[in-house]
Amino acid sequence: MSSGSSLIFHIPSSCRLPLSPPSPRIPFLRTRFISLKAMASEDGKDHRLARISSSIRVIPDFPKPGIMFQDITTLLLDHKAFRDTIDIFVERYREKNISVVAGIEARGFIFGPPIALAIGAKFVPMRKPKKLPGEVISEEYALEYGTDKMEMHVGAVQPGDRALVIDDLIATGGTLCAAVRLLERVGADVVECACVIELPELKGREKLGHRPVFVLVKG
Amino acid sequence: MSACKDKEQDPRIEGIASTIRVVPDFPKPGIMFQDITTLLLDPKAFKNTVDLFVERYTGKDITVVAGIEARGFIFGPPIALAIGAKFVPLRKPRKLPGEVISEEYVLEYGTDCLQMHIGAVQPGDRALVVDDLIATGGTLCAAIKLLERAGAEVVECACVIELPELKGRERLNGKPLYILVESG
Repeated sequence: MSSGSSLIFHIPSSCRLPLSPPSPRIPFLRTRFISLKAMASEDGKDHRLARISSSIRVIPDFPKPGIMFQDITTLLLDHKAFRDTIDIFVERYREKNISVVAGIEARGFIFGPPIALAIGAKFVPMRKPKKLPGEVISEEYALEYGTDKMEMHVGAVQPGDRALVIDDLIATGGTLCAAVRLLERVGADVVECACVIELPELKGREKLGHRPVFVLVKG
Repeated sequence: MSACKDKEQDPRIEGIASTIRVVPDFPKPGIMFQDITTLLLDPKAFKNTVDLFVERYTGKDITVVAGIEARGFIFGPPIALAIGAKFVPLRKPRKLPGEVISEEYVLEYGTDCLQMHIGAVQPGDRALVVDDLIATGGTLCAAIKLLERAGAEVVECACVIELPELKGRERLNGKPLYILVESG
């Protein structure tokens, strides 16, 4: 099973970005920690990734001390960066006969639907407990302390559906793993997990049993 | 469930209305919950929904689409992307990292709070507020207040569904409301 691929830009951990969109004139090469590893890239794609990467804001000590939170809300304020993010995913998945895009609450709801709309797939929200009305199936997953649950509607996904799972970020992989399990339990074929950001030190790919994971940026 | 009666109702609206599922007694007895997840399972209906909003707001110089957590996150971004606006998530407390402003609003029992990032919206921004549904209008009202506090002009509120009996329209500080489907 392939380990997936990524077009990688490293976000400097000390980088604090202004909330307003960055000047497009800032050359990414000036930033010390950026290392570019592009797979089969064209110039256009590299250029887009630089802007996407630089539009993400890092907030130290959120939600608790020691955590460097990767904030994509600043990406959403930069229309071109947001457009490019979606375009890169759509280019990758449009010819892959994806029938379902599953987005993980809540930031997966921001990236999933535009992708689903562009590739003609249905969108399925994967939610915290008690949010979805009607019949659901649940999958429990481990947190640092305790557990949480993810739910999906019964009947939303059919056996044979080809699914993409979307979230803004993969950290430990726990949430993605729960989403994958829910989809596989109803007979879907999970083609890939796609995130804007990966935190590789947290080994999310291992958690996913080395199922394919595609990311744009590594933090 | 009736499609909103416009002068000439767009033919896409009937199809959209038919995809919305009503779930009785959710989240509690007596409430007929308007479930848009079935709309999202119909790519044509979902596309038509977004297209109707995009057609309305293209060329109106909207610079911000503010979506209310969480179902406003599903409809807002596709609209923002199509019309060239930034997307701003309006969230429950403690979800947004960094500096926020908060607006409290009344629930049936108690209160809740909506938050927006400081700096996301500037004076002079022209804003659209998006949610899946307007009921009492409490959440939308809080959203309008947050945007106005940041100096934006709220041009309109846009929802897929309205529950007109709950008179949410009257609670929008005089802001116009555009909806596709009425229920009840």
